[in-house]
Amino acid sequence: MSLTLEQVQRIAHLARIETGAAEAQSALGHLNGILALIEEMQAVDTQGVAPMAHAQDLAQRLREDRVTETDRRAAFQSIAPETEAGLYLVPRVIE
Amino acid sequence: MIARNLKTLSQALAAREISSAELTRLYLDRIARHNPRINAYITVDPEKSLAQAEAADQRLAAGAGAPLTGIPLAQKDIFCARGWLTTCGSKMLGNFVSPYDATVIARFNAAGAVNLGKTNMDEFAMGSSNETSFFGPVNNPWDTGRVPGGSSGGSAAAVAALLAPAATGTDTGGSIRQPAALCNLTGLKPTYGVVSRYGMIAFASSLDQAGPMGRCAEDCGMLLNAMAGFDERDSTSLDRPAEDYCRDLAANAGDKPLAGLKIGLPKEFFGDGCEGCDPEVMRLVEAAIDEYRRLGAETVDISLPNMRLSVPAYYVIAPAEASSNLSRFDGVRYGYRAAEYGDLNDMYGKSRAQGFGAEVKRRILIGTYVLSHGYYDAYYLQAQRIRRLIANDFVAAFKQCDVILGPTSPSTAFKLGEKAADPVQMYLSDIYTIAVNLAGLPAMSVPCGFAHVGQGGGSVWLPAGLQLIGNYFAEAKLLDIAHRYQQATDWHSRRAAGFD
Repeated sequence: MSLTLEQVQRIAHLARIETGAAEAQSALGHLNGILALIEEMQAVDTQGVAPMAHAQDLAQRLREDRVTETDRRAAFQSIAPETEAGLYLVPRVIE
Repeated sequence: MIARNLKTLSQALAAREISSAELTRLYLDRIARHNPRINAYITVDPEKSLAQAEAADQRLAAGAGAPLTGIPLAQKDIFCARGWLTTCGSKMLGNFVSPYDATVIARFNAAGAVNLGKTNMDEFAMGSSNETSFFGPVNNPWDTGRVPGGSSGGSAAAVAALLAPAATGTDTGGSIRQPAALCNLTGLKPTYGVVSRYGMIAFASSLDQAGPMGRCAEDCGMLLNAMAGFDERDSTSLDRPAEDYCRDLAANAGDKPLAGLKIGLPKEFFGDGCEGCDPEVMRLVEAAIDEYRRLGAETVDISLPNMRLSVPAYYVIAPAEASSNLSRFDGVRYGYRAAEYGDLNDMYGKSRAQGFGAEVKRRILIGTYVLSHGYYDAYYLQAQRIRRLIANDFVAAFKQCDVILGPTSPSTAFKLGEKAADPVQMYLSDIYTIAVNLAGLPAMSVPCGFAHVGQGGGSVWLPAGLQLIGNYFAEAKLLDIAHRYQQATDWHSRRAAGFD
């Protein structure tokens, strides 16, 4: 299984990483090298093997629904690229 | 003073032979003098460090010191530390001054340790050579033309050049053990869940685990005593009774201290399994096995049949988790935002294109691909099934032995640039370490000697590491097994020349 240039650009779009034609071309070779490395998995018979998502078989802990954090909005927003009146600013999305 | 281990440093501080402020200044001076040659630190902030040192001195004067009170430590720049620039080796976080402390940092603060600075690392911990850092590569103190390993390369180089008594690292696929091996340090990756991941910038959440890097097993145990513990802010933190990880180290066990210990030697780590492995490294590992036999241990041949699949499975699972974790870097709430952009998608695309380096982008793209519609079963689920097979191999192996031994890295430190152009070659430098993360087991790297590399005037002696893999929660036992070897050998106390 190897990727085409078109697929690389599609994946880059899904990942929200702007990728020019030259960059996609150079990524293509590296990505196909990595896919060739992982291709070895396909020959392994894993029928009946339960997928292992995690190192410890743990259930998620539940906790009481109570306030544990103090309000530090000003401190958090002081490191944001752009804020106004306590809001994070982004380009307009609704006309 | 700079050559002392943590225990004797701690005793000197408690006895007021030296103050924490004096000790901290000693290290800050060394950093100012030597760091430009090795680039081990991204951020030092003498004012902050000295303020912590003075507070530690007051605590010591009041007789309220803990073992690490007043000890300066280097912190990998993956740990958020309140008021400190915390970059994770990336342009994306090049301006990120953390508003909060990671639990690891908070625990060291509570113990009275001094933050000496934030160490360089591969960008978002993705790399095995420290060459993917936005802040430039780190040079190995044993040969500055070579890499220190990665991703905790700055921490390793800082301790190896005596620019810190000890340091923290994180290990997702070998990022504590491999740089420890390449820089002649002792490093420990604990069992998954023993150390909190809160405030430790996430790479692959089901694999990431923080641990200590120091000059000997005892130093690592002292650090782990402060780092480990339940944290309700990490949903995978394990709620277990506290342990003293150094509890076995003081006992005098005679000249056969490891009598009764069964060391498993996986055939996949030796012989046919290590094609491409430096024969000099294997010779040193074999010599270490002989030393262990002299210490009373017996060896048994074991097999980890699915070992070879660990690299492929890892390079599906880790990028998949990374692509999800790194989606938070969007240029909205913190971190880098492109200077010019059009609509919202353009802002995301440009901020991420400019903020991430090439290796991080590659892993996000691979992760996005293996999780995408139509490929999820073939790649991601298949990798998780193989992960189970690999973990089961260890379960079977630990029925035959107490600990597993092999090399940490297939080679000694390679030259800067040697593998940078070929990601797959770089990935294979973690061939012996990755399976441990997939299974969630604890493992160490321990210095086991020096290999002569190169010819003529350009030849150098480079350190090699021995890997010890334990069963779940066997950290104290691993530290004891490493400690007994370090009492019988002096490889771990050799120092790189040129950093006086």
